[in-house]
Amino acid sequence: MDTSFAQRRRRDLIIAACCAVAAALVPLFVKDVYIQNIMVLTLMYAALSQSWNILSGYCGQISLGHALYFGLGAYTTALLFTKFGVLPWFGMFAGGVISALIAMALGYPCFRLRGHYFVIATIVIAETALLLFQNWDWAGAALGIDIPVRRDSWLYFQFTRSKLPYFYFALALACVAWLVTWWLEDSKWGFWWRAVKDNPDAAESLGVVVFDSKMGAAAVSAFLTAVGGSFYAQFVSYIDPESVMGFQFSLLMALPAVLGGIGTLWGPVLGAVVLIPLTELTRSYIGGSGRGVDLIVYGALIVAISLARPEGLIGLFSRGHPKEPAR
Amino acid sequence: MTALLETRGVWQRFGGLIANSDVSISVGRGEIVGLIGPNGAGKSTLFNLIAGVLPPTQGSIWFDGEDVTKMPAAVRCQRGIGRTFQVVKSFETMTVIDNVIVGALIRTTVMREARRKAHEVLEFAGLAARANVLASDLVPSEKRRLEVARALATEPKLLLLDEVLTGLTPTEAQTGVDLVRRVRDTGITVLMVEHVMEIVMPLVDRAIVLDLGKVLTEGKPADVVRDPKVITAYLGDRHAVGA
Amino acid sequence: MTAETIIQSLASGLLMGLLYGLIAAGLALIFGLMDVVNFAHGEFLMIAMYATFFLFAFFALDPLLAAPLVAAALFVFGALVYLLVVRFAVRAKANAGMVQIFSTFGLAIVMRGLAQYFFTPDYRSITHSWLGGKTISISGIFLPVPQLAGAVVSIAAFAALYFFIHSTDFGRALEATREDAGAVALVGIDKNRVFALGWGLGAALVGLAGAIMAIFFYVYPDVGASFALIAYVTVALGGFGSVFGAFAGGIIVGLVEASTALILPPSLKSVGIYAVYLLVVFIRPRGLFGSL
Repeated sequence: MDTSFAQRRRRDLIIAACCAVAAALVPLFVKDVYIQNIMVLTLMYAALSQSWNILSGYCGQISLGHALYFGLGAYTTALLFTKFGVLPWFGMFAGGVISALIAMALGYPCFRLRGHYFVIATIVIAETALLLFQNWDWAGAALGIDIPVRRDSWLYFQFTRSKLPYFYFALALACVAWLVTWWLEDSKWGFWWRAVKDNPDAAESLGVVVFDSKMGAAAVSAFLTAVGGSFYAQFVSYIDPESVMGFQFSLLMALPAVLGGIGTLWGPVLGAVVLIPLTELTRSYIGGSGRGVDLIVYGALIVAISLARPEGLIGLFSRGHPKEPAR
Repeated sequence: MTALLETRGVWQRFGGLIANSDVSISVGRGEIVGLIGPNGAGKSTLFNLIAGVLPPTQGSIWFDGEDVTKMPAAVRCQRGIGRTFQVVKSFETMTVIDNVIVGALIRTTVMREARRKAHEVLEFAGLAARANVLASDLVPSEKRRLEVARALATEPKLLLLDEVLTGLTPTEAQTGVDLVRRVRDTGITVLMVEHVMEIVMPLVDRAIVLDLGKVLTEGKPADVVRDPKVITAYLGDRHAVGA
Repeated sequence: MTAETIIQSLASGLLMGLLYGLIAAGLALIFGLMDVVNFAHGEFLMIAMYATFFLFAFFALDPLLAAPLVAAALFVFGALVYLLVVRFAVRAKANAGMVQIFSTFGLAIVMRGLAQYFFTPDYRSITHSWLGGKTISISGIFLPVPQLAGAVVSIAAFAALYFFIHSTDFGRALEATREDAGAVALVGIDKNRVFALGWGLGAALVGLAGAIMAIFFYVYPDVGASFALIAYVTVALGGFGSVFGAFAGGIIVGLVEASTALILPPSLKSVGIYAVYLLVVFIRPRGLFGSL
């Protein structure tokens, strides 16, 4: 009786594998560094948005403060490396754990808030962290941290000659975030999250511990976001508070999922693939002079998609929820 | 044999308003008990106290030999109290089967097992054909049945039904009545709130009448409907008797 | 730190707070009316400031005289935003909350982009006006005249708003619509008309605030973003939808900001506001004056 459902899960997995292999082969044909850069960013935002989607899409707790976790990941890695010589790989893990713990500590009071009060609390907390980092001298204050180049190697996770290793890491990160979501979607957690989003009272009456569900979603989401932040720090090798913890990051993480299809498995990927190249290209081709045309295009796109396709671009493919054929 | 559910001297105040005063009722295993009373009698409040939505101001609630007064709703569900809502609360963006799986997951974390259980319950509730439809696409009577199915998936010992039969067409109501009987036949105790007496009286083994937050009377349905106190209580609410 | 410095800062904090209240009033009004948070509210403020600046630059119109014109222009603009964007956003069946946030947010980005395109990212300021740069001294406490004017305008605007909501037909329609939008349709009130006028009124209020702000603050495309978050906090602090909660919220925000600046480095002055917001909602999850 479950064949159609199991088939759909397997089909998703196969499509994802094909996409990943295809993406991995692209650099063989595209040597242009500028394009490769856009691809890295696209994959990174796909991963970040997928992580954001876990808390905000599946569990319905709309966070516009995820830049906090992104920044924490970036700062943990950079500080451990520059101050103590700890390898970025460990920093990446440490950043993830710290972010997950902080997400839960913040969730403890915040998850009592509903609707706009919660959204504003997430913004306010991230902004507070931003201000604190801007005034934290040991961490470089507003000037930030320049990550010194040791040598090109996977050990130091530094590559100055070619962007390709970053590309493959970003691809792996996007795959991991997708797989985690895929796996969680058909698990107790996935069901609990969606139930909490749709109707917390009903969920509670069915034995769902609403608070624990939100905490779980926050921890997973923050961990993955911080790993993305760590990656970004290594990729750009220079970070400052505004460039990793600014409000715009919180939005850039949310937008692909919102435009692609919030609370869906493919939404964040689809959104990132459409949105990030478009943003980068408009910025370089028509917005180069800082005259704001890129913003106009970008903003108009957001308005148009949210009004015309409230369920996201994914709606173009599946017409809402994928329906299983009758048994 | 002790009762499955007991409320002992339960009070609930909302500011100056007393919704329940000194309510002591008990529900035996395998019974279908109707909780009736005119509008504002405090039925829904009592119901929410039993389900664990809020703790009573005073008094205690015992379930299956255990004091559950301080337990939150999710834990009471774990202990075996399932409920439906007067205003249906489906998970609108999820399919019917997924709605039920949420309930089934309290007894197992193996997805295959939960899904099997959910199919079984949907079959029982007569919703199997609608399994893969979004809950938001169901008609009202189907949503009511989905609420029951979801609660049944949690394998309750006691099922609390909050006006599941109100507002249905006669045919739909009859299907509902049959469903409640079949639920009881599987060994589940049922406590149902209904506002309109005519619907529930033929169904229940025993009726408890609340009025102005207090237990007015209780007993066999046939006796209760003839009780002058009950008739007086409902007089100000004539449409309910005649409906 | 002398008593005088403290009184001085609290006095300027109070004035600024009244202005924050005025900035936030429109946001609270719109939210109370239809449960929508306008994420382009900061950009409404931005265009009001630009409008004031250009009226000054081209027609040498003093901001005080420009204020009613700007408010009127913003009224039309706000009503148009409702009719052209928000009206469709609130119809969305899927992801209603998200659609509202991101459609108004997208609008904010477009407005910022347009401002950059037409007005360039340069910082502009009104170099001389009747009130600009003047201060008055009341028993040793110096008060900047523009902020003082802002405070007066704010109090007057809130008083007018109070009168308006409670004593006019439209005010009553507004109040009825927020109580029950479905029921007012039955008595023949056009919901869309009420909403459009509500958006117009909300925008007009922020228009007034913008005209005053332009006297003493730089005008640039991103200026709204700096004040938007303060406005959201102000509204949430008061309790969403309570217009007079916004008034109280503004005063609190102004005072907290000024006191924080006394203790912490000025760059951290917003931290105090954020901390107070979090503290308040953790204790009262629906703000100070929000109904529970």
